[in-house]
Amino acid sequence: MNEKLLLDDGTELEQVFCRPDTLTDVPYHYCPGCGHSVVHNVLMEVVDELNIQDKTIGVAPVGCSVFAYHYMNIDMQEAAHGRATAVATGIKRVLPDKLVFSYQGDGDLAAIGTAETIHTVNRGENILIVFINNGIYGMTGGQMAPTTLLGMVTSTSPYGRDIHMAGYPLKITELIAQLPGAYYVTRQSVHNPNAVRKLKKAVTKAFEYQMQNKGICFIEVVSNCPSGWKMTPVETIKYLEEVMFPYYPLGDLKLPKE
Amino acid sequence: MEKEIRTEEPRLMKGNEALAEAAIRADIDAYFGYPITPQSEVIEYLMREVPNRKDKKIVVLQAESEIASINMVYGAAGAGARVMTSSSSPGISLMQEGLSYIASAQLPCLVVNVVRGGPGLGTIQPSQGDYFQATKGGGHGDYHLIVLAPASVQEMADFVFDAFRLAEKYRNPTMILADGALGQMMEKVVLPPDGGLKKHPKPWATTGKTKDRNHNIITSLFIQPEEMEKVNLELQKKYEAMQSEVRWEEFQTDDAEILLVAFGLSARICQKAVDLGREKGIKVGLLRPITLYPFPYERIAELADKVEFILDVEMNAGQMVEDVRLAVEGKVPVYFKGRMGGMISTPEEILNELEAIHEKQNVLHD
Repeated sequence: MNEKLLLDDGTELEQVFCRPDTLTDVPYHYCPGCGHSVVHNVLMEVVDELNIQDKTIGVAPVGCSVFAYHYMNIDMQEAAHGRATAVATGIKRVLPDKLVFSYQGDGDLAAIGTAETIHTVNRGENILIVFINNGIYGMTGGQMAPTTLLGMVTSTSPYGRDIHMAGYPLKITELIAQLPGAYYVTRQSVHNPNAVRKLKKAVTKAFEYQMQNKGICFIEVVSNCPSGWKMTPVETIKYLEEVMFPYYPLGDLKLPKE
Repeated sequence: MEKEIRTEEPRLMKGNEALAEAAIRADIDAYFGYPITPQSEVIEYLMREVPNRKDKKIVVLQAESEIASINMVYGAAGAGARVMTSSSSPGISLMQEGLSYIASAQLPCLVVNVVRGGPGLGTIQPSQGDYFQATKGGGHGDYHLIVLAPASVQEMADFVFDAFRLAEKYRNPTMILADGALGQMMEKVVLPPDGGLKKHPKPWATTGKTKDRNHNIITSLFIQPEEMEKVNLELQKKYEAMQSEVRWEEFQTDDAEILLVAFGLSARICQKAVDLGREKGIKVGLLRPITLYPFPYERIAELADKVEFILDVEMNAGQMVEDVRLAVEGKVPVYFKGRMGGMISTPEEILNELEAIHEKQNVLHD
């Protein structure tokens, strides 16, 4: 930042925006239009702005974001499927002065890892959980997730999700907000610039709460999956607004009593 | 391993408690575990004792499951901590996925298995039925744990130090494979000295990326086959190097014509069977593997050249006997005597078995 760039004609330009040091110079492997890369950017911009690169340790899940550590230029651990919050607990308990977050998809956090999710929140571990809910298993090729909406077609619900077969889409964030161990619970998105700005505020708050030892912060990001949903990125935005947000309404679910 | 002089008074302790006290003295940073009989005294002792030790900073956490425990161990070990967990057979089965990840990510840690009878929910009585699981990997993929098999309460304590020394030397998970009886029985023990286990820097740990180094990544994911093969070759090279750590002990093998092979509690019982046999003039000796991985193949092969036959004794349906047979390579007959489901052979039973085989052998020779 603040580097001067001199053009051939003598014009002096001031650099006002660049890739933060917290992001590696590696192109994302994510599909075009996918929300993951935006959430990665937001997280690492906050780590950069709060100047906590040397304090922050991330935990990547199994799922599309399994390679998050390729892009985030911070110390990271790759967890077994569903166990990210247990791994994060292990890190935070032995390094209580560091800032620890897990980054997990819906299959990881709300299906195979439900026990770890609930108990980590219930213990009030002083960490941040970032939960990407796009209603589908992206990495394995578009299977039904615990958060897949009723009627939604996936490769394991080829005629649409049926409640008699597969039960209801799990509103795990509402469940999390009920737990006394949870300090700050919010549901955000990255479907337009305003939403991205709001997410960034939420992430900043969460890291600040962690620095103050306030307890666990849980941020759900309702996101999209153009490849899994078999839609164009633009169509996914419309689907988010018309179908996903009514079932997973955006906003704060639990705010600290300050 | 080097033996230091211990001046502390002997104490009468349960195996599980001696092990837990040794862990405190080995300066563990963290213990994560879940209750299961017959090893719950480990976490109970730590929960009770650690708050009284003002000089220590040890995290003791009761997790929601063995699955969570082993993954907390992964996180803490990856963050550079000296960390352990303990459980018993069904709980250790639940940890196998995590252990495979820990082996692949090359994280040092200690896992204690106080074995009970299986399969299934089984019984809470002692068993050696987890030998295969412990020594052949246990989870998915090609890997090994270093496995130490104590045979006394004294060794339940001592092997905690040895286990961490080996785990940290090789960046490899180590297992103490005991059994329900060793965990529960009380014996005299002289505890290892407090703070007697040095800590070395772990520059690979995730402690926060500083400007002077690249970011540290703890992972077991190597998606390119060329890279995955390279990691496997590295692991195999490490397992080869570990072979130098093989440990065993022998009783009356110098002039032995019959060799007993047994580990852990079975070796204690066999020692008595050797005494009884010697009283009757039978030239019987005992080899007791102390490390089950690495395994003393070479020494057993040497002894096989000198004895008429070998009797392997275990508290299972015959697991270590396969390694004994691999070592012996058909040079002499290898017989097996085992009890299962929490039942334990008596020294007299073993001697009777030995005499029956001896008689049969002689008939064949005459």
